[in-house]
Amino acid sequence: MLSRVADAIYWMNRYMERAENTSRFIGVTLNLMLEQQDNQFNQWGSLVQVTGDYDLFVKRHGNDTSMEKVVDFLTFDLTYPSSIYSCVRAARENARSIRESISSPMWEYINRLYIKVSEQARHGTPAVLDAQSFFTDVLLAGSLFNGITDNTMSHNEAWNFSLLGRMLERADKTSRMLDVKYFILLPSLQDVGTPYDELQWIALLSSASAYEMYRKRYGRIDPRNIVGFLVLDPGFPRTMLHSVTQAEISLHQISGTPLGTYSNLAEQRLGQLRSELAFSSADDIISRGLHEFIDSFQNKVNDVDEAIFKTFFELRPMPSGE
Amino acid sequence: MDFNHYNNDGFYDEMFAHDGKPRPACKALFERLQSLSEGDLVRYQQSAERALYNMGITFRVYKDNESVDQIFPFDIIPRILGDREWRRVEKGLIQRITALNLFLQDIYNEKKILKDRIIPKDVVYSAASYRPECEGLTPLHGIWCHITGTDLVRDGSGNLCVLEDNLRCPSGASYVLENRRVMMNTFPKLFSDLRVKPVSDYAGKLLDMLQYVAPESSYTPTVVVLTPGIYNSAYFEHSFMAQQMGVELVEGRDLVVFDGYVHMRTTTGFQRVDVIYRRIDDDFIDPLTFRSDSILGVPGLFQVYKEGRVTLANAIGNGVADDKVVYAYVEKMIRYYLDEDPILPNVPTYLCWQPGDRSHVLENLDQLVVKAANESGGYGMLVGPHATQAEREAFRARIVANPRNYIAQPTLELSRVPVICGDHLEGRHVDLRPYILYGRDIYVLPGGLTRVALKKGSLVVNSSQGGGSKDTWVVMDSGTSDGTQPAETPHA
Repeated sequence: MLSRVADAIYWMNRYMERAENTSRFIGVTLNLMLEQQDNQFNQWGSLVQVTGDYDLFVKRHGNDTSMEKVVDFLTFDLTYPSSIYSCVRAARENARSIRESISSPMWEYINRLYIKVSEQARHGTPAVLDAQSFFTDVLLAGSLFNGITDNTMSHNEAWNFSLLGRMLERADKTSRMLDVKYFILLPSLQDVGTPYDELQWIALLSSASAYEMYRKRYGRIDPRNIVGFLVLDPGFPRTMLHSVTQAEISLHQISGTPLGTYSNLAEQRLGQLRSELAFSSADDIISRGLHEFIDSFQNKVNDVDEAIFKTFFELRPMPSGE
Repeated sequence: MDFNHYNNDGFYDEMFAHDGKPRPACKALFERLQSLSEGDLVRYQQSAERALYNMGITFRVYKDNESVDQIFPFDIIPRILGDREWRRVEKGLIQRITALNLFLQDIYNEKKILKDRIIPKDVVYSAASYRPECEGLTPLHGIWCHITGTDLVRDGSGNLCVLEDNLRCPSGASYVLENRRVMMNTFPKLFSDLRVKPVSDYAGKLLDMLQYVAPESSYTPTVVVLTPGIYNSAYFEHSFMAQQMGVELVEGRDLVVFDGYVHMRTTTGFQRVDVIYRRIDDDFIDPLTFRSDSILGVPGLFQVYKEGRVTLANAIGNGVADDKVVYAYVEKMIRYYLDEDPILPNVPTYLCWQPGDRSHVLENLDQLVVKAANESGGYGMLVGPHATQAEREAFRARIVANPRNYIAQPTLELSRVPVICGDHLEGRHVDLRPYILYGRDIYVLPGGLTRVALKKGSLVVNSSQGGGSKDTWVVMDSGTSDGTQPAETPHA
């Protein structure tokens, strides 16, 4: 397939996944706010930290991390490239440039989502209760789009680039959420078990849609198990290990190289990253320091992304001297 | 829907004869429309528009620093052609394309028609779109006009004439296909009763044709569609056609020439390309041969084309036959190359480079339509009767300064069709653009795109000038249905 098309498919999926994650984070925070008894802690500021774009937010709004400012920034601000609106718009622009390579239902779905979000943007940020349904819609849109992709498109090279983009984005987002929330909760680790902290931990799991599945696996809320689950559970579809493993499978489908070996830089880097995770334990990670671990994980995801660009997307010059 | 206040206003109406009765082929449609309430019709119209919007069949307009996507205006009342008339149109188009193709082959090679003084040499060589680079070139199978979108209009007495040939990059076929998809949801019952001739096999025919004209036939050729990119106003069509054919849509930057062939850049390296359905104009297609400032094209493409190692559809150099002065000679071409009488006439045309015609044009600017010879899309045009004195004077100066560049035609009383205006119907002027594919044989898509001037009284149907479109149905002349009309609801 064309390099340009592969690039666009990869990014279309990263943007869709990003929009979905941001909606989930906002939805969870809205819930948390409703359950919170007193305003002892501002959830919204930490949400901006999850994005890694706190500086940009401060430039726009100063230190006013009120719900209105944060939700508007993360949802509708077109000057912020990772807002939901920006992501959906970028996903649609990418889809528009490769309409011939994706299926019509995929294009029509993404187009309708864009229309919906842009109409909401024109009406402005909805009140909290209405907002719930808007963010639920966007969140579901991500899964619907993935379902449409799976069911209307051949599971070919283009489809594997879709999955690759989606899974790397997901690995990155789950790790960011874990990093920030864990950091906030850490000082009060000895107080684990108070109802308020319990809510916070539940919110963290919900941010990866992982709450119910965590309960099935471990039962009690326990920080060490939560880290173990979100980083290392191989079966739950939003954990870091699962995402990276799926990405690796797609990458090898694209090149035809057997798993466990590599034929290009992207495969080498992703293979190293996956094995490092697969052979770690929650205790290792916590004793090394979760923040350092995740920081290094995120850098490596960026390196993989860069290697994918160099291997597949970069417009190669014509062969010289032939 | 009440037609009592609908008035032909003395124009030829596609749906109603002069006595106000529906034409035979339109009878079933008329009855169906009558059975609908005004509210139903408006609702159908809105649901069709919503469907087109959701399908993303839109173009982008910029206002107040904001970009908004809009659909191309579409009216759900179809334009109907009886099959007897259609068969004549089809024959006429095939005849015309055959002659035009022979003309292009001739003027870039033997030049018999010039030597026999049927067409003055100067007329051809002074055409801005004549390409000296194509001298001595014969495209594969001698085919130049692979895809044509001929513009037909009715004169005051209802005869269909050819207004323009459009042998370069005619657009609009995708709207025919998408309009049809929406219409089948809007009037499903009527559709099956009338047995409207299908258009859905167009993409398949297009792909067959493109594979047929490939340089070598021993393997399955790689066909691509070449687009200027997502900011082009016809981008939707480029991507739609590529998708429907199942081929890659490429931009200039995806293609590279080396080792004497054209290649596209893929994730697994370079892949050879055999046929390019190009939607980039001659001027921009190869900066090494044509405009050197083009960033849309592919450097070196023309050389590969000239050596017969890639096919371009349409051929380079076709524009000379689209020149509006050359157009005036097409009837003569048909007689010269085919020894036949033209089936579809031209619109009478005055050539300003001829002194006699010129003085007639200058004396009658208030009655004529004046056009620049090398423009299309409704640009560079004066509609005399609707123009101001100042506009007419400006054109007078331009004609005198550069007579070769202008022609004039009588202001045609284009035929009209009913369109929905708020809660009632009004007549609006239309043309018809059928699409013709020239491969192993010549295929004409039944019907084509009906373009409609939505502004009251306007004669300019181009989408760039406020025009919309309608689905075009070719049906049996009897136009019968069984007369019973069960209620139908759009699926959309």
